[in-house]
Amino acid sequence: MAQTKRDLLIDPLVDNNPITLQVLGICSALAVTSSLEVSMVMALAVTAVTGFSSMFISVLRNQIPGSIRIIVQMVIIASLVIIVDQVLKAYAYEVSKTLSVFVGLIITNCIVMGRAEAFAMKNPPIDSFVDGVGNGLGYGALLLTVGFIRELFGAGTLFGFTILPTVNNGGWYVPNGMLLLPPSAFFIIGLLIWAVRSWKTGQVEEREFKIQVVEGH
Amino acid sequence: MSDVPNQNKGPIARFLAAPPDSVGKTIFIAVTLCLVASMIVSATSVALRPLQEQNKLKDKQANVLQVAGLYEDGMDVIEGFSVFEPQVLELETGMFTDAFDAASFDDRAAASDPELSVRLTNDPAGIGRKAQFVTVYLLRNDDGSLDKVILPIHGYGLWSTLYGFIALEENGNDIFGLQFYDHGETPGLGAEIDNPRWKAQWNGKKLSDDDGTLQITVAKSTPPAGADYHVDALAGATLTSVGVDNLVRFWMGEAGFAPFLENLKAGEL
Repeated sequence: MAQTKRDLLIDPLVDNNPITLQVLGICSALAVTSSLEVSMVMALAVTAVTGFSSMFISVLRNQIPGSIRIIVQMVIIASLVIIVDQVLKAYAYEVSKTLSVFVGLIITNCIVMGRAEAFAMKNPPIDSFVDGVGNGLGYGALLLTVGFIRELFGAGTLFGFTILPTVNNGGWYVPNGMLLLPPSAFFIIGLLIWAVRSWKTGQVEEREFKIQVVEGH
Repeated sequence: MSDVPNQNKGPIARFLAAPPDSVGKTIFIAVTLCLVASMIVSATSVALRPLQEQNKLKDKQANVLQVAGLYEDGMDVIEGFSVFEPQVLELETGMFTDAFDAASFDDRAAASDPELSVRLTNDPAGIGRKAQFVTVYLLRNDDGSLDKVILPIHGYGLWSTLYGFIALEENGNDIFGLQFYDHGETPGLGAEIDNPRWKAQWNGKKLSDDDGTLQITVAKSTPPAGADYHVDALAGATLTSVGVDNLVRFWMGEAGFAPFLENLKAGEL
């Protein structure tokens, strides 16, 4: 498995996307994508945490005792998340208020733990860092796509700037209020998974069982 | 890897070469990692605290502006905030006091200071201790007459203490607005107390009826006193709504701002 660093970075964007292929990290993707700005900050936060946690874990990988390896990974990830949370509170207070609990929940985001356990424990630091960043970006790319659709059609704005003037503000666009609610992200992510798998048919899983047609009486 | 025998290495190299699963190394790694991680986390926290405090203060001031209906997007909060006249109020007498500097008085610190606060025996708002002094903000008309008063309120909801402001008209009975700036209620349910449509309900409500009985309530259905004293409770957030009801009635009652509001009505301020 000789992957180049470029592969490590590009691969998770579409071919091995943590959300559409591995279906990890859905919870926060539903919650924070109602506006593009918040999605972007969340994407950056997750990318920073996955990148650096993978790197630090990889540096320590030959010293981490197997019996407490999950705890060690959690301590590293949790510390990084607290730092990210503190930085957001200091430099992006408004966004951090909107993200509220979801920054803290990056600790339990399966993508971060998944990369630490599956990749960083077995690979050198720089590769692990690139892999972490790539997966963070893959998560971010999906978040931004969903955030783009939800904010544009739910509120008629992008990054807070009006694109489609809404009826409430004297325009013509009647916003789809459902897109601002978390369930809409389910539909959008579902449709995106369908779209990606229609394009890259290799991602379709094999059926675990076959539905048999039984002869009628 | 070189094949140098163990004896020729220094103590650090020998330690690194030891199998990671030995008991000693497991404990060492756990302790060291925790120490290093906690030091980094505390260092970040301490280094960023001043900026965070400043953000919090700005946010609080923006909320005072919002509850008074003066906030505009992108305005300079600190400059806008200067229209308010902060005063430290002694709750029991309902009079302003000069004993503290109003600009720097810390309400939350006062509420936990045994010298400045009292333990509550009757505590519907669930706050434990009540400060005897609080900061209120006055908004005056151009001719110097009082326009609005902004009073701080707080109390327990479902998960957290809600901190907010209530803005009253100069007659001390008509509500102009109510808003919370700090709480930890469930997003989508209790946190709907931040919903502009819910907050807008408070505008134009009255605290007490003509007999001076406190009637304002947050409830599912309109109380006998009439719609003027009723704010609709939030669906799916019963306990948060009950908390808001309790805390508003507590702070507007005898233990809270009632003496001050009496003085206000009598025109003594």
